[in-house]
Amino acid sequence: MIAFLVRRLGQALVVMFIISLISFSIQDNLGDPLRELVGQSVSEAERQELRDEMGLNDPFMVQYWRFLKKAVHGDLGNSYFFKRPALEVIMEKFPATMELVFGATLIILLFSVPVGVYCAINPRSWLTKLMMGLSIVGISIPVFLTAIMLIYLFAIGLGWLPSYGRGETTMVGFWETGLLTRDGLVHLILPSVALSSIMLPLFIRLVRSEMMEVLEQEYIRFAWAKGLSRTRIWFLHALKNTLLPVITVGGVQIGTMIAYTILTETVFQWPGMGFLFLEAVNRVDTPLIIAYLIVVGLIFVITNTIVDLIYGLVNPTVRLAGGQA
Amino acid sequence: MPLLEVRGLEVKFPIRQYELTALRDVSFSLDKGQRLGIVGESGAGKSVAAFAILNLIGRPGYISKGEIIFEGANLAKMSPQQLRTIRGNRINMIFQDPMMTLNPVLTIGTQMIECLQTHQNLSKGKAREVAIEKLRQVQIPSPHERIDQYPHELSGGMRQRVVIAIALLTDPSVIIADEPTTALDVTIQAEIMELLVELCETSDVALMLITHDLGVVSQVTQRTIVMYAGRVVEEGPTRQIIENARHPYTHGLIDALPERTNPGMRLNQIPGVMPSLNAIPKGCSFHPRCEHQTELCRTELPGYVGQEGIRIACHWVASQEQQQ
Repeated sequence: MIAFLVRRLGQALVVMFIISLISFSIQDNLGDPLRELVGQSVSEAERQELRDEMGLNDPFMVQYWRFLKKAVHGDLGNSYFFKRPALEVIMEKFPATMELVFGATLIILLFSVPVGVYCAINPRSWLTKLMMGLSIVGISIPVFLTAIMLIYLFAIGLGWLPSYGRGETTMVGFWETGLLTRDGLVHLILPSVALSSIMLPLFIRLVRSEMMEVLEQEYIRFAWAKGLSRTRIWFLHALKNTLLPVITVGGVQIGTMIAYTILTETVFQWPGMGFLFLEAVNRVDTPLIIAYLIVVGLIFVITNTIVDLIYGLVNPTVRLAGGQA
Repeated sequence: MPLLEVRGLEVKFPIRQYELTALRDVSFSLDKGQRLGIVGESGAGKSVAAFAILNLIGRPGYISKGEIIFEGANLAKMSPQQLRTIRGNRINMIFQDPMMTLNPVLTIGTQMIECLQTHQNLSKGKAREVAIEKLRQVQIPSPHERIDQYPHELSGGMRQRVVIAIALLTDPSVIIADEPTTALDVTIQAEIMELLVELCETSDVALMLITHDLGVVSQVTQRTIVMYAGRVVEEGPTRQIIENARHPYTHGLIDALPERTNPGMRLNQIPGVMPSLNAIPKGCSFHPRCEHQTELCRTELPGYVGQEGIRIACHWVASQEQQQ
């Protein structure tokens, strides 16, 4: 277990190093940060001087080395726009994004397993055919379109749910949460549904196909021959085996969902990291862009580690301490 | 009255617009404590017959005709709920490949205790004791530790011992073993078979042994059924069948045994292959491979001939009998 975590930590460092290198090397192609930093009235000579001062004219490796030295101490540079540490700015928006991802994940977990299992054990029912049809539709519609349709229907048409922002939030330590107030929860519904709209159908199909494959296995036939009840065969013997691949694929997909938050947050004016990232790109706020990419990379590494740990708990043939599984 | 009696069993598989007949008019019976062998090549319908008894044929197959009388009740007509009280309780099964039979994510103990708790009103502690006792009976060393292990921690032979222990848990009256040693290492095949037979004998359990190994059948069983293309072609006491086979197909099977050929010589074989279910020949389904075929064999399905306890479906045998 400890050996596993140490190995994972090593991998994480390598991943973070590569991410920082990539994001650092694209910064020159994003545009000129000076254009946003200073007004029109500043002369070219003064701009050049400012560039020297900021170190923007140094060779790439010099700049990168300087960045890396600071980054090791948790300093990812100051945001050009906010004039504050980039990491601090990102972390302020971090809770909003995480709560959005949490809401979407909850929807996915709550619906994908029961619906997927139902579709697997009743492959011929009309409800299964309907679900499979709908899931194709769900996967094919882009997130921003789903989001706009949701707003049109539930916010404008029916007027049931708010269409933008986080609503009322409270501070729990450093974490600004919308989960504790009714207003905050109501604001979370539409963005979570929109964010889950691609992953949910994908998960339903994944659970269904894995479960159908498991149901064909010899040990399930043996379970029937043992005279066990249907519920025990489906929900213990089959489901436990179904969940193994679902956990592996699912963990990666939940990481990918963070990428979709950029779209969802933009449509719903959700004050999270994705929204901030898009603004940062517009403003050529390089330190903020790099900080965002590094934080997202870190979230990826952490979720994958958690997924591997859970997988080890469910699958007896994997022994985390023993190295090779 | 026999313990288990199968009468005129027919199993069909609807596939698109066709209906394939996997079993045709299969009848046999099994007495208490008796050991019956069912032999035939792959595709003869041996396994279908075995699974049909507990109505466990994979979809879309179904029993279209016939009766399966067990302890006075017709299993073919039972509701799934009633059938569950027979499955894994009164009639138990042993599958071919122990690597695939046990659920990989549940411990041996869980998979044994659930049988006892489903069919008998036992507490978990008591069920565990019974399970450990059965593991000891199948000669698994240190059953107290093994019971908490997962299947992947056991060898193939050990796993098949566990499967046998599961089959014996509820003190059934019939065990259906579908090629129980085929997937095992040759060195332990005999050991496992011996154990199975010994345990069936001591608990007076009837054994239905499905196999393509005539050698095993001759050592283990009292009666034998030979199947070809979904039909019983010969039935009789095992000794009679091995020493004095009448049906040309049974003849061919026995001639193909390696011990019937001198070392270094080519093994005898039956020419041709078993027809697939959608291309079963008219008349006697064995006729294209038979050296005694006549016009009658090509057109008419042979009925059964033979005296008490022996049945043979063959025109050639029938004509010989008439001449005598």
